[in-house]
Amino acid sequence: MAHATMADDLTEFHHPKTFIGKYVWSQDHKVIAVQYTITAVLVGLVALVLSWLMRLQIGFPGMFEFIDADSYYQYTTMHGMIMVIYLLTALFLGGFGNYLIPLMIGARDMVFPFLNMLSYWVYLLAVIILMASFFVPGGPTGAGWTLYPPQAILAGTPGHEWGILLMLMSLVVFIVAFTMGGLNYVTTVLQGRTKGMTLMRMPLSVWGIFVATILGLLAFPALLVSGIMMTLDKLIHTSFFMPAIVSMGEQLDYGGGSPVLFQHLFWFFGHPEVYIVALPAFGIVSDILSTHARKNIFGYRMMVWAILVIGGLSFIVWAHHMYVSGMNPFFGFFFATTTLIIAVPTAIKVYNWVLTLWKGDIHLTVPMMFSIGFVFTFINGGLTGLFLGNVAVDVPLSDTYFVIAHFHMVMGVSPVLVVFAALYHWFPKITGKMFNQKLGYIHFWGTFLGTYAIYLPMHYLGILGMPRRYYDYMDSAFIPDSAYLMNQSITIAALIVGAFQFVFIVNVIISLIKGKKAEANPWRAASLEWQTPDNPPAHGNWGDKLPVVHRWAYDYSVPGAAEDFLPQNMPRGQDPGAQEENT
Amino acid sequence: MAFAIIVILLVIGTVAFHFLSPWYLTELASDWGGMDDALTITFVICGIVFVAVNLFMAYAVMKYRHKEGARADYEPENKKLELWLTGITTVGVVALLAPGLIVWSEFVEVPEDAMVVEAVGQQWTWTFRYPGEDGILGAVDPTFMTIDNPFGMNPDDPYGQDDILVEDSEAHLPMGGPIKVALRSKDVLHDFDVPQFRAKMDLVPGVETYFWFEPIRTGDFEILCAELCGTGHYTMRGNVVIEERADFDIWLAEQPTFQELTAEAVADLRN
Repeated sequence: MAHATMADDLTEFHHPKTFIGKYVWSQDHKVIAVQYTITAVLVGLVALVLSWLMRLQIGFPGMFEFIDADSYYQYTTMHGMIMVIYLLTALFLGGFGNYLIPLMIGARDMVFPFLNMLSYWVYLLAVIILMASFFVPGGPTGAGWTLYPPQAILAGTPGHEWGILLMLMSLVVFIVAFTMGGLNYVTTVLQGRTKGMTLMRMPLSVWGIFVATILGLLAFPALLVSGIMMTLDKLIHTSFFMPAIVSMGEQLDYGGGSPVLFQHLFWFFGHPEVYIVALPAFGIVSDILSTHARKNIFGYRMMVWAILVIGGLSFIVWAHHMYVSGMNPFFGFFFATTTLIIAVPTAIKVYNWVLTLWKGDIHLTVPMMFSIGFVFTFINGGLTGLFLGNVAVDVPLSDTYFVIAHFHMVMGVSPVLVVFAALYHWFPKITGKMFNQKLGYIHFWGTFLGTYAIYLPMHYLGILGMPRRYYDYMDSAFIPDSAYLMNQSITIAALIVGAFQFVFIVNVIISLIKGKKAEANPWRAASLEWQTPDNPPAHGNWGDKLPVVHRWAYDYSVPGAAEDFLPQNMPRGQDPGAQEENT
Repeated sequence: MAFAIIVILLVIGTVAFHFLSPWYLTELASDWGGMDDALTITFVICGIVFVAVNLFMAYAVMKYRHKEGARADYEPENKKLELWLTGITTVGVVALLAPGLIVWSEFVEVPEDAMVVEAVGQQWTWTFRYPGEDGILGAVDPTFMTIDNPFGMNPDDPYGQDDILVEDSEAHLPMGGPIKVALRSKDVLHDFDVPQFRAKMDLVPGVETYFWFEPIRTGDFEILCAELCGTGHYTMRGNVVIEERADFDIWLAEQPTFQELTAEAVADLRN
């Protein structure tokens, strides 16, 4: 390449000296990653508690008097928004993206380290603004995480005065943070790769995060403008989304606007958003499956293409969230078709994960268990997407518990199983210690079986026709008593799954304090991040000399090789017995 | 090993749950059985995939669990296999999409002879309007909405005079033909949902939306709002009574028209 990359940059790499410089105002991508992760997990715990409160009302209606209808809808809204944006997006991109990208491509850090540091602090500000909405008059918005107008800014919906404004402000600030981080991830992947690290030698974790970031940079602007337009509708009474309205008997001074316009903008962002969460999970799980099965990911090239195709197609399926919105019904033909087409590359990924296990040398470590758990739950969640994507099948299921079961399975369970797989897998790298295996297995079984017990039956409550976002069913005639009993069971399962997460937190804490010191590469993985000279990696990652890459990230069980893995930076021919013609 | 067995048990358990579940579709009350059929086809195809892929995975985990001295295979890709799998998946997708789109093409074409009824939604109740003798719903506008004119009827529009206004939340509809449910909202988004009819559609203020259905049995069916519309969303209920044509005609004749209600209001003022 004609221009200088970080790989060739020979200027002195400045190391911070103070505690504050190393761990607070840090420009080290690894520290920033941990900051993102801790913040995302903490705010995620808030959302988890909110889900328990919701489930208490659903399972035992009226038993807890402090959960009134207003509060219930506020919990629902905050739970959803926190989980999707402030936990999953921030964790996969700000957390894993920041930690893994430079290490996996052989860079010393992100290409814009100061901007990277800023992105975390702006994200933290967005979180603070959102949490502040719990403390303003009227409380947080209860409009649902989808924030549909006109209701979100009108009387009758909780938080329609202050809560909605803080929510919109928080989202705008988050988008600023995301853009700063996103520019880093994209530019670093394109420009910061070390010698020999071609795009097609990058691990799938990087591909997943890279494409997800591009999706975000293109999709978040739609959310940004819709948030600004709704803020203007609220504050200065413009009518972007507001038609003529008689609200609670009073004629309002709005007119001419379109509520459906907001939905188009929101979902143009909202559908790529779910792939922003899913694609990094797809990439990461591919790497963990292959490492612990001692076998290259099956069909790496197709896996890369599938990530790209899924990313591209994700921009032309959005209105499958709007089949009953009152939009022109002929749109249904187009969006049902594109939505079912996107099932093809997604299915290929599933086949390739399973084919990676086939003829592998499978070590059922804790990360591997979570990864196989991902495949099982993703098959379920992905297939139910076909029900909802097919417009005529969707109509009776729309706004029922079938939708809730589907998106929790495919966004809440599967990617979260990957988050755990990844945290366990890279724990020795990040901390230099090993985690407690036994607690890890206990955490896995409780979480995997428990979440399936929550969401499998929920689909059927949706098929029956039980609507979502209902505070109480008020003895509706078509709902049998057994359904209420089922809701009680789901609530109990949810609380049990919640309890199992403490096993994970305890494991992290005791492993940090007195965990066994980990070897540099305990899983004997081939990708670059495990080949750093120090463990955990020091600032600058690679010591004096940057690594040089000679092979792809999946040289496991190469025939004839002495070891069952060849690291990416191992020169070709160094193991004379390895049959490297096909690698 | 235990893991593979548990996966197999979960597969069996899931299939068993499907067949044993007491929670399934309500008894169909409209002619949209095509949606139920499309759902069944989807369950069959997706069910086969769910069972096949998971059992294959469980088998792989069992057969290829780590054994001392064994090594994994080295096969970066298998283009032929991947092509086959892509092809089979595409066929499966087409098999799902085709019946779904056929049903949808019926859904988007409202039959010419459909009877029209209008459901008006507001936070948090339902009211209804029928077109009356002239078969045409009169013009409405939010600027006309008052306590005495809750439907916002334009008093100068002759088509509106014979409109039948039902101010409580119970609508009656007759057997014997397709019905177009026109939907109008006074304030925010709502959704008219009767599970037994299968069809549903959002109400959007400022826009007239609709859906159509043909009732196939008599009964009294609850209307649920299916688009979060504020604190009272879950209380926004009504009901639809499907009855024989003769009974419906009797009921309709008992409901007031806009003209009658206006005359009443004027008379009240005078007294």
